Amino acid sequence: MHVPHATDSAAQSMHTEFPEFPMPRSCPMRIPEKYAQLRAEAPISKVTLQHGSTAWLLTRQEDIREFLVHPQVGTDRLLPGSPLQVRLPVGVPKERLVGMVGMDGPEHLARRRLVLPEFTVKRIRQMRPRVQEIVDACLASTLDAGRTADLIEAFAAPVPSMIACELLGVPYEDSAFFLAKTAVILSRNATRPEQENAYAALLDYLEVVVSDKEREPSDDLIGRLIGNLRASGSYDRDLVLGMARLLLVAGHEATPNMIALGTVGLLEHPDQLAELRADPGLVPQAVEELLRYFSISDQATFRVALSDIKIGDVTIREGDGVLGLNASANWDSEFYENPEVLDIHRDVGRHLAFGYGPHQCIGQNLVRMNLEVVFSTLFARVPGLRLAVPAAELPLKNDQIVYGVHELPVTW
Amino acid sequence: MRITIDREVCVGSGLCVLIEPAVFDQNDDGLVELLDEGPLTDAGGTVEDAVQRCPAAALGITPD
Ligand code: SF4
Repeated sequence: MHVPHATDSAAQSMHTEFPEFPMPRSCPMRIPEKYAQLRAEAPISKVTLQHGSTAWLLTRQEDIREFLVHPQVGTDRLLPGSPLQVRLPVGVPKERLVGMVGMDGPEHLARRRLVLPEFTVKRIRQMRPRVQEIVDACLASTLDAGRTADLIEAFAAPVPSMIACELLGVPYEDSAFFLAKTAVILSRNATRPEQENAYAALLDYLEVVVSDKEREPSDDLIGRLIGNLRASGSYDRDLVLGMARLLLVAGHEATPNMIALGTVGLLEHPDQLAELRADPGLVPQAVEELLRYFSISDQATFRVALSDIKIGDVTIREGDGVLGLNASANWDSEFYENPEVLDIHRDVGRHLAFGYGPHQCIGQNLVRMNLEVVFSTLFARVPGLRLAVPAAELPLKNDQIVYGVHELPVTW
Repeated sequence: MRITIDREVCVGSGLCVLIEPAVFDQNDDGLVELLDEGPLTDAGGTVEDAVQRCPAAALGITPD
């Protein structure tokens, strides 16, 4: 196919006749109300994006699954039809800029397999004792600091950050720096020069990290990746930089939101929380239900049609952007009875919270284990934990691609 | 029934291992491996569940 690379989706024409996307959530405990209506009335329909272009929304689980494994569906966010909600800087090599998440087919699979051994169920299990130590230490310092806290700042953000830094081999002391840069990159409000500067600063920083490891081999993910690529005679610094950037950002972005929202969800359902406290064996399935229920990454499964493709009775044209809303799939009443009810005893089955298809989240087993350790430890050690403000008053992250709350004031 | 696996398309999510650890494993490369070549009975439906949930359609079931 011949679709030129875009430099700015804003250059596309304005379409105002379609509903706007993203659609806001009105309460931390609810996905956007509009999704259910669309599922019933217009399961495949068009929306207008922030910069004025249009994209298709898929809202039914069947359609989304079919779409995300379709061979003619691409993740290249440099294509003009891509419904990516942030603008990427120009002039950065693709390998550094988007890495494997923006590649498809054998190219994508080859990159994914370079780091796959780091994320197997077995390897993640081996990390559990260390994760428990990190959770214990973070929780202890939160509790030592007083009787109230913003649980995100004190606990939900540092825990996954420390884990990601340790796994990758990036100093945790630098996290404030790279998180500030990432926030600018992912912001809907930042100007293009601000985003380009932030991107450049982040890559410069990682370049130092990587060149240190090139000189002195280290036993961490980036170090092993360098060693393996060298051993196979295919060393490529751009690939390592792109991978490091991707995994660093991914490792910081989503888990804090799930820790915060999962805590709210359980505190708002005291009966289920009591059951969980009494029987820690219920934690893994509770984690799956929380992942389904909150579906914080519903805007992350965006793609471009690489040729005309038919989904249901709709033909999506080559070059059109498509968003497969996993939050909608996860609240599809064809698959879940009373999907709007949080129920830790539910057979969650095939939820799509980590996406679906070849790009399904590579860190999903690390996220699961992290959440299991967090919830089992938090609620056991802090029996009096409660929200310091009503759940309905929590400041919502409707302005960000990954959903969550900005703050979580708690007391104990 | 017997299970078929396609390592060419496996993306190493490990979901099959989580759902039915008696049948599925991941090798050191992160790709699916069969612990039990079968023939199998799927009393609890877990094998079929794993096949269904594989995000890469790397698993299949064939009758004996
Ligand atoms: S569920 Fe599918 S993709 Fe995941 S490890 Fe098993 S076979 Fe591979």
